[in-house]
Amino acid sequence: MFIGAIGCEPLQLRRVNLEHSRSLDVYRRNGGYEAIKKVLDSMSPDDVINEVKKSALRGRGGAGFPTGMKWSFVPKDSPKEKYVVCNADESEPGTFKDRYLMERDPHMLIEGMLIAAYALGAKRNYIYTRGEYKYLIDIMDVALDEARAAGLLGEKILGSNFACEIYTHTGAGAYICGEETALLSSLEGFRGHPRMKPPFPAISGLYASPTVVNNVETLTAVPDIIKMGGEAYQKLGTEKSGGTKLWSVSGHVNRPGVYELPMGYDDMEKFIMEDCGGIANGKQLKAVIPGGSSVYIMRADQIIGKDVRMDYEGLVTGGSMVGSGGFIVMDETVDVFESTKNLTEFYKHESCGWCTPCREGTDWLVKIFKRIEGGGGRPEDAQLLLDLCDNIEGKSFCPLGDAAAWPIQSAVKRFPEDFEKHLSGNGRPQN
Amino acid sequence: MGEVLVKIQPPDHPVHMPEPAAFSAEVESEIDRHLAKYPVKRSAILPLMFIVQRERGYLDPPGVQYLANRLQLRVTDIWEVATFYSMIQTKPVGKYHIQVCKTLSCKLLGADKITKYCSDKLGIKVGETTGDGRFSLSEVECLGSCGTAPMFQLNFDYHENLTTEKVDRALDSLP
Repeated sequence: MFIGAIGCEPLQLRRVNLEHSRSLDVYRRNGGYEAIKKVLDSMSPDDVINEVKKSALRGRGGAGFPTGMKWSFVPKDSPKEKYVVCNADESEPGTFKDRYLMERDPHMLIEGMLIAAYALGAKRNYIYTRGEYKYLIDIMDVALDEARAAGLLGEKILGSNFACEIYTHTGAGAYICGEETALLSSLEGFRGHPRMKPPFPAISGLYASPTVVNNVETLTAVPDIIKMGGEAYQKLGTEKSGGTKLWSVSGHVNRPGVYELPMGYDDMEKFIMEDCGGIANGKQLKAVIPGGSSVYIMRADQIIGKDVRMDYEGLVTGGSMVGSGGFIVMDETVDVFESTKNLTEFYKHESCGWCTPCREGTDWLVKIFKRIEGGGGRPEDAQLLLDLCDNIEGKSFCPLGDAAAWPIQSAVKRFPEDFEKHLSGNGRPQN
Repeated sequence: MGEVLVKIQPPDHPVHMPEPAAFSAEVESEIDRHLAKYPVKRSAILPLMFIVQRERGYLDPPGVQYLANRLQLRVTDIWEVATFYSMIQTKPVGKYHIQVCKTLSCKLLGADKITKYCSDKLGIKVGETTGDGRFSLSEVECLGSCGTAPMFQLNFDYHENLTTEKVDRALDSLP
């Protein structure tokens, strides 16, 4: 599998292909822990937050919220403990970038968390990793022990008065825990149900204390922002989407992998057809889901010859979203009815059951898909699916409901032929 | 005021509370290390469930009783959490648990074939365990291995870019 940068110098993937890349020694010999030193020597917490603001770094977990702004919401005068929690619950179908960042460069995450903890005044911090990534928790534990032994964690870090601890924590197989308030419920030892916002975690998060939850890719961008300065980092990308972005690419391409591209990379067609080696087995491109499974599916003719720019604004203009940056590429043999059914089963399985529209709605969606698949499709079913989605989208307690509705809404509208085929009795015969 | 509207009767049969599970000193100190990470004991519930599961094969009633005592929670608190998370097993599973990823990227590249091959090879359906208790077969949702699809997780180990030959090698070489 390919891991590397295209169209820019590798930043977050700078070390991933080095031998022993996960060791402290290799990290340090390649620029590691210079940023935290610079922070402790010469920067105030506000200076750090300002640099991150200037960098135009946006949260890489999926929502794209400006990171510096998120940090600035944490009240400075609060007497409560503060927490930085790294969201390493990577579970969005089609997304696997965080896995390789942690597997191959764990110290970059530790350094990013140290800087965030310094900026926010947090002493105890957690890395919430999905339970299936147990081997990554083991890798992080080794790296944390190395850092502790080298005086990079604990009391008086690098001889300063800064004290900070980072601990690993395990999830146990629940997609919903990637939603930040559900993650906090889980980290407190409860079922992973999302919580009402406001109050936002910055005011009342872990143990009702001010908390920042950031994705792995977001936090690992921070050391470079500090080293090169926020402005220089922003200039690698576009005005509103600074820096570089990791894209996970899977499905029917010749070269799947994790690609680091400058934000605003031109364009999506070139990326798929050239950088990713084109469509496998000489087939034609049919569809792409560009942001992890929860975003709008795109038709090939929305991509080919359309100069879709790869950043937050460009993908919205192109008809979808950046999301988590997980490209799922599908060739001409794929039946979009079937691929959408597959994803709907995912959302049904992962609905946490807390609110009725999502719990009941995703269940009904799957029932309808199964009835159609079994040969019992009716002409009005396409509209029925859309109506059901309308009653989930924007009406569920957390964004999982929207995430379940969007793939179906876009698939029914953009691939009507694949649905009609099943609804007119020409689909799969009844078993 | 003071009138008793509903009188709650104690059950007329004995309530069976299993003896809590017991663990070695080594495991106890591992548990202590997890507890030390958090200002609130309850936070350690998932890491501790994985330890109980590892030691006892699954989270059984004595294991639940142990966790309730150790975390100073009610037994129902433990069950409430255990039943939410798909990786917490509240029923026995095989020594080797094959979990084939079934989500889109893996499906596009032949996850169904891998599941069928495992099913035929072991003579069990998805959701079943072999008679000797050696293998369980499950289909699970996205495991973050989309670029190296299709794949399964064998207990905690990732097996990626699977072919039927690789499935044979992985399963036939197990002790």
